[in-house]
Amino acid sequence: MSEAIANQEGFDAQQSGRLALFKEFWSYFSENRGAVIGMIFFFCVVLVAIFANFIAPHSATEQFRDAFLQPPFWQVGGEWRFPLGTDAVGRDVLSRLIYGSRYSLFIGCIVVSVSLVFGVVLGLCAGFFRGKVDIVIMRVMDVVLAFPSLLLALVLVAILGPSLINAMIAIAIVQQPHYVRLTRAAVLGETTKDYVTAARGIGVGKLRLMFVTILPNCMAPLIVQAALSFSSAILDAAALGFLGMGAQPPTPEWGTMLAEAREFILRAWWVVTFPGVAILTTVLAINLMGDGLRDALDPKLKRS
Amino acid sequence: MKPEVVLEAEKLTRHYPVSHSLFKSPSLVKALDGVSFTLKRGRTFAVVGESGCGKSTLARLITLIEQPTSGMLKINGIDLSNSEGKDLQEWYARVQIIFQDPYGSLNPRQKVGLALEEPLLVNTSQSKSERQQAARKMLSMVGLRPEHYERYPHMFSGGQRQRIAVARALMLEPEILVLDEPVSALDVSIQAQILNLLTEIQDRLNLAYLFISHDLSVVHHIADEVMVMYLGVPVEFASRDTIFAKPMHPYTQALLSATPVADPFKEKNRIILRGELPSPMNPPSGCTFHPRCPQAIDICSHTVPEIRKIGASKVACHVV
Repeated sequence: MSEAIANQEGFDAQQSGRLALFKEFWSYFSENRGAVIGMIFFFCVVLVAIFANFIAPHSATEQFRDAFLQPPFWQVGGEWRFPLGTDAVGRDVLSRLIYGSRYSLFIGCIVVSVSLVFGVVLGLCAGFFRGKVDIVIMRVMDVVLAFPSLLLALVLVAILGPSLINAMIAIAIVQQPHYVRLTRAAVLGETTKDYVTAARGIGVGKLRLMFVTILPNCMAPLIVQAALSFSSAILDAAALGFLGMGAQPPTPEWGTMLAEAREFILRAWWVVTFPGVAILTTVLAINLMGDGLRDALDPKLKRS
Repeated sequence: MKPEVVLEAEKLTRHYPVSHSLFKSPSLVKALDGVSFTLKRGRTFAVVGESGCGKSTLARLITLIEQPTSGMLKINGIDLSNSEGKDLQEWYARVQIIFQDPYGSLNPRQKVGLALEEPLLVNTSQSKSERQQAARKMLSMVGLRPEHYERYPHMFSGGQRQRIAVARALMLEPEILVLDEPVSALDVSIQAQILNLLTEIQDRLNLAYLFISHDLSVVHHIADEVMVMYLGVPVEFASRDTIFAKPMHPYTQALLSATPVADPFKEKNRIILRGELPSPMNPPSGCTFHPRCPQAIDICSHTVPEIRKIGASKVACHVV
């Protein structure tokens, strides 16, 4: 009975600890209005992506033969059936944008998680083992960083063959060095601290030391980098799509939509503008949110 | 009954290579240059010296975190100076360390309870409930409450953190506890509490302490024997009472005269050392202390003094 009470108390302390941490985080985060707006917009995009089936008025690939290049509803010739108009083969632009948000978030998530996992493991090894392992890993990363990122991604896609999956692999490879460097720097800072020495003295093995003792203390900069590179992944994927190396038509990916509509830029502005605006606002929102995260999580920027 | 010897160190040496440029051969930092002593069960052996004299290097060698460059380290009669990795695993448990800074020595992302259980998790095959029970018992032993089990280190004060560090070090039932300036980062009132806790634990568990400090009043409070170090070498050994009553080596005398005494009427006779601690990369010839020694004579600059027994102390000096 007394143990149950002790457990209960412990549970409360743990909860209040987490809650206090979150409250502190939120008080820093909410000070930055841009970050809050960015977050709200980002959550809207997530909701749209999840409920695309219910929100979108039409299918993303259905062609309406009676409405090629129809302008948005507020222009002469537009109608409410297609609020943002239709493209050259009669597909509803709004529906394609809504379905496209799924691709963008999907690309962001996959690219960030792949490059995060590999980057963290490599950076952890480099920072923890030092010596030759460090030199080899970091020089390889320097080589990857020496190429202009989009160019390298293009070369990789050219080798692997153009498709959405290959584009994501290429972007993940291009982004990985940033994670490796960040992780290594954080690990170097943590490894010399007394709690790591104490853990060694207890006899904690290398793997546990790396992943259980050191890694959780290096997460703050990585979370920020993940948030910021989410947007650059979307941007890069759109760029690859625009160059015809990413998602292939008729996938309603935003970059690919831009590429398809390029030739109509003078005749039908809406076909080009709306995917571009979608990319712009999403990337901007994520960047604002990432900036806010950095301010809230970086102890050096905190006022005590 | 004579106290049992648990640790024997003989001519322990640790050199660090330092390379300044690509083309020059690396020079050596002689952090520790031949230190011999023994630790006995239930006794406290204090190591005193100014910053950079090799105290913390000694702590790292004794706790097996680093390997000595040469020399012998025997625990319970078994030489460990050349064993590596797996052979050392069981010895990690025998020697534990408590660090100076209680803010850096606890993992900020680890709950106190888990920090206490970790030694058991990696070294024994106890079940989760056994580990929890042991951790809770240890918490009460170091004067913390059971509800502290689920808290994170940032929710504690410096003194409480140091108690947690003591508790963690005791989880594996060590025989030797290395205390690397365990109280110098704490307030004076808290210092006394922690020192009393350490003394009480020593009495109860019959531990051998290696107490590293630069605070002589703390050493006077807790030590049985004292070793004074200068630039990686011991210059004087004596029991606590002998060294405080009758310091032999000029360096020990200077060190003791620098200790503040809370008595305004006591006559102060401070010996002020000239100069700085020389670089251990390029130590002076002969007795390393001679450039700063007020009593230096000719022989000091070219012959290294051996440790000799003089009265109740052992001193490395040509003059005494």
